[in-house]
Amino acid sequence: MASEQHIAIASDADIVVARQATRALTVELGFSSSDQAGVATAVSEIARNIVEYAQSGEIVIRVALNGGHRGIVVVARDTGPGIDDVEIAMGDGYTTGRGLGLGLPGARRLMDEFDIVSKVGKGTTVTMKKWVR
Amino acid sequence: MQVPILKQRHYLIASIQGALTDADLLRLCDDLLEQVGKFRSQGVVIDVTVLDVMDSFATRTLRSISQMLKLRGAGTVIVGIQPDVAFAMIQLGLRLEGAVTALDLEEGIAFLDKGKKEGQRTWPVSST
Ligand SMILES: Nc1ncnc2c1ncn2[C@@H]1O[C@H](COP(=O)(O)OP(=O)(O)OP(=O)(O)O)[C@@H](O)[C@H]1O
Ligand SMILES: [Mg+2]
Repeated sequence: MASEQHIAIASDADIVVARQATRALTVELGFSSSDQAGVATAVSEIARNIVEYAQSGEIVIRVALNGGHRGIVVVARDTGPGIDDVEIAMGDGYTTGRGLGLGLPGARRLMDEFDIVSKVGKGTTVTMKKWVR
Repeated sequence: MQVPILKQRHYLIASIQGALTDADLLRLCDDLLEQVGKFRSQGVVIDVTVLDVMDSFATRTLRSISQMLKLRGAGTVIVGIQPDVAFAMIQLGLRLEGAVTALDLEEGIAFLDKGKKEGQRTWPVSST
């Protein structure tokens, strides 16, 4: 298992690449098929946010280990405009674009752990984890 | 990857063959609108069986496709959403409201036939 994969995100085709790499790693790790779909969906949303709001960035996926537990860590970074009020942005239905405002809150529901750090003018980093059950 | 569209009687069948980019989905939308007009199709089935992810963009696009086709007088049925995909969509908070869904291609066509026989002028907007 490659220890870490970096996927450059700059276009809609890269979103597909990130989704497929994530799916492959979750299969390797032995996630249930429904968790495989869930993690890939969360990655798709976060990757699309990079393309839509920051134009470019990267997604890093790697294996997470915690005692006897295995899982996947996804880190999505960009140096885009950042988010003014992260708490508001995490709410269902909040959007500054043409979306439904479901990407961030939905990804949080799909994953076990979700953390977002953002600074206006500096960029956004989303870190998410999901453990194999 | 371009989605092939087959003409079958007065229907069009779009069977997605693999992962789609956002651009591919928008192209599918354009292609269907064009072909529905060209062939005077009365219904469209979009088969998404192979999709292992349906995120917010895909859902939104499929929903607008079905709304646009409705304005062109054609019913749309989305068939083959996998159980795991459906589960993830619900957790994400997505609904396919305004689009008709069916289990598989056969049921999708049966649904369109039924609507035709009953002479419905407006197709059911929602299956829920
Ligand atoms: N990487 C990012 N950089 C800057 N702003 C972001 C980023 N990600 C999200 N945002 C901001 O947070 C808002 C909410 O994001 P979220 O993904 O929840 O919804 P959306 O992208 O607007 O719609 P949807 O994801 O449903 O299509 C966005 O409208 C945008 O203003
Ligand atoms: Mg989004």
